[in-house]
Amino acid sequence: MLSDMHLAQLNIAHMRAPVDSPELAEFIALLEPVNAIADAAPGFVWRLKESETDPTATVVHDYGDHLLVNFSVWESLDALWDYVYRSAHLGVLRRRREWFLRVAEPYTVMWWIPEGHIPPLAEGMRRLERLKAEGPSPEAFTFKDSYSSSEAASLPAAAEARK
Amino acid sequence: MSSDDLDALALLHDPVRRSLYDVVAGSGGDVGRGEAAEAAGVSRTLAGHHLDRLVEAGLLESGLRRPEKKGPGSGRPAKVYRRASGERSVSLPPRDYTTLASVLAGVVDLLGAEEQAERAARDAGARMAGRHRGEPVERVLSERGYEPYEEDGLLRLRNCPFHVLAKEQPLLVCSVNLALCQGLLEGLGDDPGRARLDPRPGECCVALAASKTNED
Repeated sequence: MLSDMHLAQLNIAHMRAPVDSPELAEFIALLEPVNAIADAAPGFVWRLKESETDPTATVVHDYGDHLLVNFSVWESLDALWDYVYRSAHLGVLRRRREWFLRVAEPYTVMWWIPEGHIPPLAEGMRRLERLKAEGPSPEAFTFKDSYSSSEAASLPAAAEARK
Repeated sequence: MSSDDLDALALLHDPVRRSLYDVVAGSGGDVGRGEAAEAAGVSRTLAGHHLDRLVEAGLLESGLRRPEKKGPGSGRPAKVYRRASGERSVSLPPRDYTTLASVLAGVVDLLGAEEQAERAARDAGARMAGRHRGEPVERVLSERGYEPYEEDGLLRLRNCPFHVLAKEQPLLVCSVNLALCQGLLEGLGDDPGRARLDPRPGECCVALAASKTNED
């Protein structure tokens, strides 16, 4: 029996205006209630927070000030799906064009991690680049082309066998 | 059409099995053998026999419900039944609208044409209402397969008629579904604002607020 795997997910969004601009104000005000839904959602494990005390603080990173980053860990694909599409988060997601630019390339990536492990943000960004360059694989996938944790777990063994 | 689908659906020709299926599907959750038997007006043994046939055919799923009391004397876990998540359909001659819908949903996504899709859905909802003049929206939604039920003053919808597509393109399909429901309300002379997104796991993403006339 394999140890339990958790699902890491990263998504980036290209803001239409600076994070502290009036254009983004309504979105920033929604961060607290939406994150509260995530934190209470069944199967939620962890999310990257800039501040433990300021719910409006967005993650500060080195990938460009126009990018908003969401990085979290879930117990399963279904748990994440239910949060994203079957909670009040859906209503906020529907309004995304008010605050974010439409992008043609992948902006979200998922991969399996051992339970208890928290990957660094840089790993998520590398996985997103991999998804852009090579398409979905067990190491970097999306809801539309998802892989189970057992498919991901059997990878090293499968790679060995091909040598 | 697969012969499996036809065989499974043919089982529902039996009136006892049909009413047992309706009891379980209509509950929205787990139903014990005894409850199902009582609701369908048949014996427990007969109900158990037919419920298990429906499980074999993949129309229902079974599971075990732990007894409420723990420890010795609490008895064995009870067998419970729920509607199977897989869908069955039969069409003669064979038709496949899902593949076409999937292709078109992909096109809307590529074009970023969600707003146009929502406008089209609202019009489609209003046209649908034209065939149901004077009917309450609950009945129309029920006929359209939404399986409405009341909870906390809301009309909730147990079933998503667009399930496969909603899994594939949730954002688009849920927005289109909301617009469709709003168009339907409008076309029925009801308040389109009653329909709003209120998604919950395993159900339709739309719920309807109580109608103003009911509140009076």
